[in-house]
Amino acid sequence: MTRFSAPTHPLLGRRALLRAIVAGAGIAAVPGLAACGSDAGGATDTVTFGNNASDQVPKDAITAALKAFEGESGLKVAINTKQHEQYQEQINNYLQGKPDDVLAWFAGYRMRFFAEKGLTGDLSEVWSKVSGGYEPALKEASTGTDGKQYLIPFTQYPWGVFYRKSVWQQRGYEVPKTLDELVSLSTRMKSDGLVPIAFAQKQGWPAMGTFDQLNFRINGYRFHVDLMAGKEDWQSPKVREVFDTWKRLLPLHQENALGREWQEAAQAVQQGKAGMYLLGSFIAQQFKGEEEDLDFFPYPEINPEHGQDTVEAPIDGYMAARKPANPEGAKKLLEYLAAPAAQLLYTKADSGVIATSNKADTSGYNSLQKKAAQVIKEAAHITQFLDRDTDPRFASDAATNGLNAFIQNPDDLDSILKGMADQAKTIFSE
Amino acid sequence: MTALESPAKPAGTSAPSPTSRRGRRRATALAPRDKLVLGLMLGIPSLVHLGLVWVPALGSVALSFSSWDGIGGFEDIEWVGFGNYVDIFTRYPRFWPALRHNLIWLLFLLVVPTVAGLLLAVLLDRQLRFGRIYQSALYLPMVLSLALVGFIWQLIYQPEQGLLNNVLGTAAADPVNWLGDPDINLYAVLVAAGWRHTGYIMLLYLAGLKAVDPALKEAAALDGANAWQTFFRVTFPVLKPVNVVVLVVTVIEGLRAFDIVYVINKGRNGLELLSVLVTDNIIGESSRIGWGSALAVVLLLISLGFIVTYLFQVFREEERA
Repeated sequence: MTRFSAPTHPLLGRRALLRAIVAGAGIAAVPGLAACGSDAGGATDTVTFGNNASDQVPKDAITAALKAFEGESGLKVAINTKQHEQYQEQINNYLQGKPDDVLAWFAGYRMRFFAEKGLTGDLSEVWSKVSGGYEPALKEASTGTDGKQYLIPFTQYPWGVFYRKSVWQQRGYEVPKTLDELVSLSTRMKSDGLVPIAFAQKQGWPAMGTFDQLNFRINGYRFHVDLMAGKEDWQSPKVREVFDTWKRLLPLHQENALGREWQEAAQAVQQGKAGMYLLGSFIAQQFKGEEEDLDFFPYPEINPEHGQDTVEAPIDGYMAARKPANPEGAKKLLEYLAAPAAQLLYTKADSGVIATSNKADTSGYNSLQKKAAQVIKEAAHITQFLDRDTDPRFASDAATNGLNAFIQNPDDLDSILKGMADQAKTIFSE
Repeated sequence: MTALESPAKPAGTSAPSPTSRRGRRRATALAPRDKLVLGLMLGIPSLVHLGLVWVPALGSVALSFSSWDGIGGFEDIEWVGFGNYVDIFTRYPRFWPALRHNLIWLLFLLVVPTVAGLLLAVLLDRQLRFGRIYQSALYLPMVLSLALVGFIWQLIYQPEQGLLNNVLGTAAADPVNWLGDPDINLYAVLVAAGWRHTGYIMLLYLAGLKAVDPALKEAAALDGANAWQTFFRVTFPVLKPVNVVVLVVTVIEGLRAFDIVYVINKGRNGLELLSVLVTDNIIGESSRIGWGSALAVVLLLISLGFIVTYLFQVFREEERA
């Protein structure tokens, strides 16, 4: 290194260089993370609102509902919208930083995880005022492990097997009641040149819906809950049976699911290329203007012991920040969101979901929403969804990649289930 | 260092006296102002370096022995010793594929784009007509971010509408799922990454070739060497400093690969890389900071392996020289 001498640059004197270095260090020291969250806190006439409904339809719907609140209460609502998936990925840092007073989240384990960490506010007080508007199942889904409520349910949507009424009428297909009927219907569709069951797993979560349906149809609601809570073994014969059944059904599913997004699979149904698709009723987003031709049925019975007693119907709702800048305003807004009027304003604009309040007047629903409400009402048990019912650490990595590996190589089932079981043991014992 | 010390020399040694010990402590002869400046110039970068490189790196190593979900303070961290490492090596199905993919990635970049880049550089060095245009065209991909390269190649690899399958004529009948099939998608992505990397390597070699003294080649020609011999015996050895730069750049590029697979399918299904696993476990709804840190340490150790080997080589040669 001694070979090089340091000639003084005519333009870059010592002082200039020093100044540059100090400036550089200053920039490096700016805390980038502090910029997260909202800074609108403090004012008593404003409530901040963390919104994850970033797609146009839901975004317009929630904006309309909040506008009505502003008119009603005289408070201002500052909406802070984040892209839906990004919102979930950042929730951890968001809640630990300066979250908005009221913020969107999901019911179930996914809510309990953060409530248990003390990152969100206790809403028992609000609940005592609004509990008359909710069925007990909704209250349970909003309750943390300590018995207090942490979420105000807003909307809900069921999972089911969706199809085009016109296509089925034309071909004379009938709704299958049992797994055997589903298989024979699929075989018929295949010979008619249709892909029987549309399928997509590029986003990493839609296939969890298939697993859930098969699991609680075969093993029942209780087993679903225990498996998700890490109390059951993924290598047990019961889980094995779920995957064996799925393996038998896989040839009836659309191929190359790992390279397809659910929107494309829904398009296949919409275009009449595929016969049916197991998805949430948000599938309606892909049937703009044709919602009336869209229908669904609950997943067929597999084990007569459990019949069709369970429906997967995830609840979306709102939580409060641990220390809201405007606690009174936040409470008012949450009470408003629990009321049927706000929920109906929303469901009118976004027809893929229904209101959670049992006082909501359903006469304004379209036929799909009416059916969704009826199916949820008749269900003995409601589940949320694999990634809402289990530890997020297990869902995002082990479950997603395990299901992907299974779809890719159904014959590797033994090693896949061992991998999932091992990871579940590690995660749930942490 | 001597370069910095030398200006002060005359002041301290202008009147050498045999009894004075000043001559041996030349550094103290610096004026206070110079000392201050020197201290600041060394001190501030050292602090920045320490704070931005060493503290996070050692922090990751420390956290890799913990089990922590990133919520709360230090008191919530539970120390688990080598538990994370044991679990990663024995129970984490994505780890070994990721490690293998990283090594394939490295090997591929070291071989294909390097050879291709050298070849292109040699060709361009021959003063072809339109050489500048070729040069710019070949370097252009380097200007794009890897994430953007991922988007571009997704259009090419798309099964039904993509360019490649349509050119091959397989789009309609039996489209190859280039990015969806876990047996081939890694190589498909490597072609895309290599496409970008080749231009970079080419430019590095081209700069090196321009610096080679033409007299060397002339002398070789006079001695009766043919083109091959001239290249392999004369030009290539002269390019040695460039080779080292290329090696370092390629290793760095190979180990930090992340963005291209992340935009394609979030690094799942055949495209696992260690960097993806680190991200998956640390960023997200619920993080496993300890687990992710342990993965990062594995990646660090691999990088260290290459860096230490390289430094060893350099120092040994310097000693010889």
